[in-house]
Amino acid sequence: MDYYKKRTLDFAKSFVLEGYTVAGPKENDGRYKGFFDFALEDDMFGQNTFERAERKMFEHAIEGAIAKANLDDVDVDAVIAGDLLNQIVSASFAAKKNHAGFLGIYNACATFVESLIIGSAMLNNGLENVVCAAGSHFSTAERQYRYPLELGVLRSPVTQWTATGVGATVLSNKQTGKLPRITRATLGRVIDYGVMDVNNMGAAMAPSACDTIVTFFRDTNTKPQDYDVIYTGDLGKLGSDILMDLTRQEGFDVSAQLHDCGASLYWDEQQTYQGGSGAACSALVFNSVLLGRIRRGEYKKILLAGTGALMSPTTSFQGDSIPAITHLVEVSA
Amino acid sequence: MEAKSEITRENYKSYVFEKMPKSSHWKNMIWAFLIGGTICAIGQGFIELYSLWFNLQDASVLASGTLVFVAAVLTGFGVYDQIGRFAGAGSTIPITGFSNAVVSPALEFRAEGYVYGVGAKMFLVAGPVIVNGVTISVIVALITLIFGG
Repeated sequence: MDYYKKRTLDFAKSFVLEGYTVAGPKENDGRYKGFFDFALEDDMFGQNTFERAERKMFEHAIEGAIAKANLDDVDVDAVIAGDLLNQIVSASFAAKKNHAGFLGIYNACATFVESLIIGSAMLNNGLENVVCAAGSHFSTAERQYRYPLELGVLRSPVTQWTATGVGATVLSNKQTGKLPRITRATLGRVIDYGVMDVNNMGAAMAPSACDTIVTFFRDTNTKPQDYDVIYTGDLGKLGSDILMDLTRQEGFDVSAQLHDCGASLYWDEQQTYQGGSGAACSALVFNSVLLGRIRRGEYKKILLAGTGALMSPTTSFQGDSIPAITHLVEVSA
Repeated sequence: MEAKSEITRENYKSYVFEKMPKSSHWKNMIWAFLIGGTICAIGQGFIELYSLWFNLQDASVLASGTLVFVAAVLTGFGVYDQIGRFAGAGSTIPITGFSNAVVSPALEFRAEGYVYGVGAKMFLVAGPVIVNGVTISVIVALITLIFGG
């Protein structure tokens, strides 16, 4: 990995007020059953299309997060959100409900961490409260990126399962009591190692995860042992294995700390092969699992690295390889 | 699990290929054989049945039609993709696979209406099969015409 210059930011005042999650039925049957604030009974969420269901999940998550933080809609200065659909319609349409300014963002499955970084930067420049949200829906992503749902195809053992869910986080520039903080962040750069197989996104994203994580350690003079856990977004099992090999080669052994939000989301019996993928993975696990563990004092300091594969079906059909990006935040108790 | 040699941008693809889990070809082939064989046996059963009332040619056409209909219904009930998940080519290659390939996008894109949804996207998966099928048959017909048969 080449290392040119520092890409890590420091945040003095980015406090995590609350997190709220809406999870799909399969996700709530997984390893984190009962952790989510709201679980869908069926993934249509009472709507007549999956796209509308995804939109409603965004509305519900953003509203839920604001209410849970004991804030009112007008207290929020900005909503920063994104999803996987073309023109990020789910987040944008959902934002019609909010009075706050809206920034629609896209970095594929790294969108959630991207939103935390942008939100934290804005809090350090005058805004008081921001909501950061990201999510995905299995059925909308499947039709956009792959095949119709009912088409009978054999899935490759390296595939992942797009998670259905939306997670929203309320960040504030004021410290009211003891709150988890976003203290540092490393901006990812786009890395392409030439992987062509759209089924194997873990392999496509692992080099970018390595680049960002190693850059963070070098920028901040820290090492994996300084952290309780390092969570990647959706590398899956294979991608995580590759990441361990790659970071070891750079002199950082992360095997004791490394977990993957996507890979930890489902049980093996749920047949997701490499685990979950999608923008929902890091948003669900951070807001419903990691945040709670930090608050209870189980973790003092963690790293969350959102991983995203930036291809589209068009670029893949035209024979281009898959570029990837990884953004990282350090969250401290 | 120490990496054997240094992983670089250049050798990354071969490193990934070594590391990735492989599909079990034997398992896939056995499933494809069993399910594909069963579908064909059911088709033969229909031919035998219809032969009681029709001549063999009509009975074959009716049997194909029945299989297409059954596969379309199974697709609608969300059963065919469950079969396809382990049967692979065993459920794709027979005529039932073609039915599934047409019905599944039709269902999926119904939300966009009957013109831009069902009408435009129905042959999303099966389209290439039809286009290439027609093209190849024309080429074969030309060859037969030129070299005589």
